Amino acid sequence: MSEIKYITAPFDDALARSLRAGDSVRISGVILAARDAAHKRLCECLDRGESLPLDLTGHVVYYVGPSPAKPGQAIGSAGPTTSGRMDAYTPRLLACGLKGMIGKGYRKPEVVEAMKTYGVPYMAAVGGAGALISRCIKKYSVLAWPELGPEALALMEVEQFPAIVVIDCLGNNQYEAGQAPYKKI
Amino acid sequence: MKELSTAKITQAVADLCVEACCRLPEDMRAAFENAKQSEPSAVGRDILQQLLDNAAIARTETVPICQDTGLAVIFADVGQDLHITGGDFTEAINAGVHKGYVEGYLRKSSVAEPLFERKNTGDNTPCVLHVRIVPGDSLRLRLAPKGAGSENKSVLKMLVPADGLEGVRKTVLEAVLAAGPNACPPMVVGVGLGGNMELCCLLAKRAAARDLLSKNPDPRYAALEDELLALVNNTGIGPQGLGGVTTALAVHVEWAATHIAQLPCAVNINCHAARHAEIVL
Repeated sequence: MSEIKYITAPFDDALARSLRAGDSVRISGVILAARDAAHKRLCECLDRGESLPLDLTGHVVYYVGPSPAKPGQAIGSAGPTTSGRMDAYTPRLLACGLKGMIGKGYRKPEVVEAMKTYGVPYMAAVGGAGALISRCIKKYSVLAWPELGPEALALMEVEQFPAIVVIDCLGNNQYEAGQAPYKKI
Repeated sequence: MKELSTAKITQAVADLCVEACCRLPEDMRAAFENAKQSEPSAVGRDILQQLLDNAAIARTETVPICQDTGLAVIFADVGQDLHITGGDFTEAINAGVHKGYVEGYLRKSSVAEPLFERKNTGDNTPCVLHVRIVPGDSLRLRLAPKGAGSENKSVLKMLVPADGLEGVRKTVLEAVLAAGPNACPPMVVGVGLGGNMELCCLLAKRAAARDLLSKNPDPRYAALEDELLALVNNTGIGPQGLGGVTTALAVHVEWAATHIAQLPCAVNINCHAARHAEIVL
């Protein structure tokens, strides 16, 4: 396993482009939380020519719909959801300056092409490890569309959030590279 | 005739919701430990350790193992000599889901209607309820919350008899390859064979919700389970799709009688958070 890279979000362009498939990272700082419904609404804002609830430049989005926080918790369980469902919206958001994505699972070729165009890495967190990951999330504040419940657009303060770069801005793919040595069919 | 009140059913379902979502069954935990010993990929071993740590935190703090606490899938085996009193059975079950998900701080993932408004119902109702009338005077409730990451990778193939065993192998393999990291491996693969279209899907669901170490009682199908597990673990997908030999922890097969012209094959994949809890009232 590679040496861990400790990085800060939002990302600047140089950092985003320096990450390579297979890198283990620990992210501290502020990241954005959004999934299906929030992505749909972001793109509807763009369709109408309206400004977004925040400037996406440099932001890293985490595809997550947390479970409710118990009293005294910042957030409930908060593991990644399947990224592919966001593929239809992703290229437009990358064009708006989004600089990183965290989720789980495969991406469509057009998303990877957009990542190469805009210099954006895609990272995976461990799916189904929501209780463990929530310990790295220190604050969760809804930014827009609270009526969407777990699908609201939110900001998260994170400390050493663990992830692995699976597709980098050159199109290198760690799912393919990682699976190849063990593939026997 | 033995009587059972709907109030007791509601409370039992509420308890099952929290139990299933926050406490991973011991057989799953043990399987993570075993896989960690045999997994050659260092990244894979690290992920398995994270899953063990995650399960321990969830159990100790009574927080969900995974934030996707799913649609509540409930298998109810109702004894034909049992008299249910105090109200509507289905309402009592859904009242239990409401109570369990709201009071247990579980995520509400149910939308009232699939296409137009998709408005969240706010309490994870309605559940998906499968009722069987069985001999006896007790009520067996098995709750298997099912997240969407794995459920979305389900497959139904209406194979024909000539497709045979090879068709089954191919269907299962293609389903697992298409699921990959999306379904949060290491997975538990449920396979339904036979019946007709809707029965085959239900067989696959029942297979995916079985206890991890259970085997099909028919030795031919038990051997098929072993063969399919070996096949799936040769894909190289590994924990979280990052490579390794632990793609699935089990393949379970359930079968039923079918038509002379049919060999339906359904695949329902469960993620590593293969949650279930059961009670007999």
